[in-house]
Amino acid sequence: MTTTAVGREVTYLEAISEALDEEMSRDERVFLMGEDIGPYGGAFRITEGFQKKYGEWRVLDTPLAESGFVGAAIGAAMMGMRPVVEMQFADFISCAFDQITEVAAKNHYRWGAAVPMVIRAPFGGGVHGGPFHSECPEGWFFHSPGLKLVAPSTPYDAKGLLKAAIRDPNPVIYFEHKFLYRRIKAVLPTEDYIVPIGKAEVKRGGTDISVITYGAMVHLALEAAEALMKEGISLEVVDLRTLMPLDKETVFESVRKTSKAIMLHEDNKTGGIGAEIAAQLAEECFDSLDGPILRIAAPDTPVPFSTPLEEYFLPKVSDIVNAARKLAAY
Amino acid sequence: MDAPVVAKDIKRTDLLQMYYYLRLTRTLEDRITALYRQGKIVGGVYTSNGMEAISVGYASALERDDIIAPFHRDMGAFLIRGITPGEVIAQYLGKRTGPTKGKDGNVHIGDLKRGVIGFVSHLADNLPVATGAALAFKLRGESRVVITNTGDGGTSRGDFHEAMNFAAVRKLPVVFFCNNNQYAYSTPLQLQMAIRDVADRAKAYGMPSEIVDGNDVAAVYLSAQRAIRKARAGDGPTFIECKTMRMHGHSEHDSAKYVPRELLEEWKKKDPIVKAELTLTQLGYANEATFREIEERAKKEVEAGVEFAEQSPLPEGPEALEGVFADEHEVKP
Ligand SMILES: Cc1ncc(C[n+]2csc(CCOP(=O)(O)OP(=O)(O)O)c2C)c(N)n1
Repeated sequence: MTTTAVGREVTYLEAISEALDEEMSRDERVFLMGEDIGPYGGAFRITEGFQKKYGEWRVLDTPLAESGFVGAAIGAAMMGMRPVVEMQFADFISCAFDQITEVAAKNHYRWGAAVPMVIRAPFGGGVHGGPFHSECPEGWFFHSPGLKLVAPSTPYDAKGLLKAAIRDPNPVIYFEHKFLYRRIKAVLPTEDYIVPIGKAEVKRGGTDISVITYGAMVHLALEAAEALMKEGISLEVVDLRTLMPLDKETVFESVRKTSKAIMLHEDNKTGGIGAEIAAQLAEECFDSLDGPILRIAAPDTPVPFSTPLEEYFLPKVSDIVNAARKLAAY
Repeated sequence: MDAPVVAKDIKRTDLLQMYYYLRLTRTLEDRITALYRQGKIVGGVYTSNGMEAISVGYASALERDDIIAPFHRDMGAFLIRGITPGEVIAQYLGKRTGPTKGKDGNVHIGDLKRGVIGFVSHLADNLPVATGAALAFKLRGESRVVITNTGDGGTSRGDFHEAMNFAAVRKLPVVFFCNNNQYAYSTPLQLQMAIRDVADRAKAYGMPSEIVDGNDVAAVYLSAQRAIRKARAGDGPTFIECKTMRMHGHSEHDSAKYVPRELLEEWKKKDPIVKAELTLTQLGYANEATFREIEERAKKEVEAGVEFAEQSPLPEGPEALEGVFADEHEVKP
């Protein structure tokens, strides 16, 4: 990514706020809905100060009713608005599952009604959230045609993908990783930019093994790549950024080059996005493969609370290092 | 109050127009039922037989720019919004000329250009959606309103309650109709809820409500008008319970043996078309000759619709892949 003008260093969380603020200033159709996002500024303070700037109606505090306010966002979107809905935690998106998969996802296919809306879903573990504040629910929606899914790993992508999501004519679920909120910073361009939906990015070039990943796991993969370099194993890290529609071209190109692939995600292993990509690689890139396609993911359990349990549950740098060593032997 | 006493507040032409739509709805649904019996329609057929006055009444009270989010027994509203009998039959036959081009069936008809939000099978799902459309109008300071409808059964779902609550809290310009036809599929009202009037549900949300005779098109129209006026003035939503009876099975495959025959006999006497004819006659607005002329007109239109639909092409298989995602130019300006 190129930075043409020097801006302020911002966190991943601030990048999200900036995107919302700029889009609301740019386009009066954009408005926000969610629980406690008004005077309080949201559970994570993403919308701090927004209500003062944009008023009570464009930063709309809703009753505690995810299905109701997602449904309302769908209705407003069909009438030409651009709602951005905040889930207080991604976990609560299950209460709105029906509206998302049956109404938002299918309306355009069924009767041609575009539903330009964004659902922001703060997801992921490593924050001692336990089974109901740490989930990675992207797999549920990955299987629902009509939805776009994005999951940025850096402040640059967080801002650019949110802007692209707001400008997209379809329902987009924006998975923002809670662990990254205040842990990573970057200097962003001062001018307007977007990160196009549907484009993965090679975050680190390499020659031996491709690690296909997204969200917070990108940073683990980069760490592992650094460690493995000393052993003479060169990892290429592909950050999907958009989960649906998948950028197959970038993924296939990387794997055809390296001939080995590791799927890495924080979501449960069975039926996860890694499983689907592994299947596609087997179908499309079989001739290029020099080893088994490996998956590193969370075990098939809910996210446990207690520190040693959660540490055991989450994928670690050492898991990637071990998998890469195993693959390198082929 | 006697029907004519109430109905005298409605213009003759409006009342006659409603009668025409009652007839058109009945004729169209009877014809669709016949096509189903001939095996020409695959899938379910849901009619509003005996309940036509509800959607004809509320849709007649709306302006062009307003929006409806109907449920599965609102055929009259589709017709009033300008969906033609031919399009409806084409939809039932899975033809490309149906409003969903064969992607969806029966009464799952939507078209934003004609102010119709497409019905989703999942009952009550479109109530929050209707509320959101009303929110858009409020955000933009427009004086448009939304009318949505649900069955008595649909009011047991959480989405009904979430929508009612949100609409009341934010005083949104939406009118909630409930077609209380005593049954949800085979489930009678007393196993659906522990109250006798669905309208009682509105109290929990601080929302005003009305109970009307759902078989009296004039009464439904006037109650819709009152609620619409209030919504346009910024005074918030209203809940209107229409007491009626489902005269057919849940869908045409269902003989509805679980409904006592005496109950059906009793309600047959209150047929909305008979009632409308009585009103029009008593007010001196029309006579038998007018009714027969309108009946003939409706029949002709429906027959033309059958011809249109039968001659329309079916979609080609690969069209199944089209339209999963929208393009920017399809977003409503
Ligand atoms: C959420 C949901 N559950 C079940 C069904 C299947 N179903 C279709 S219509 C119906 C009964 C509906 O009753 P009511 O809401 O009273 O409307 P009515 O058909 O009586 O007009 C049922 C159970 C459905 N469509 N949606």
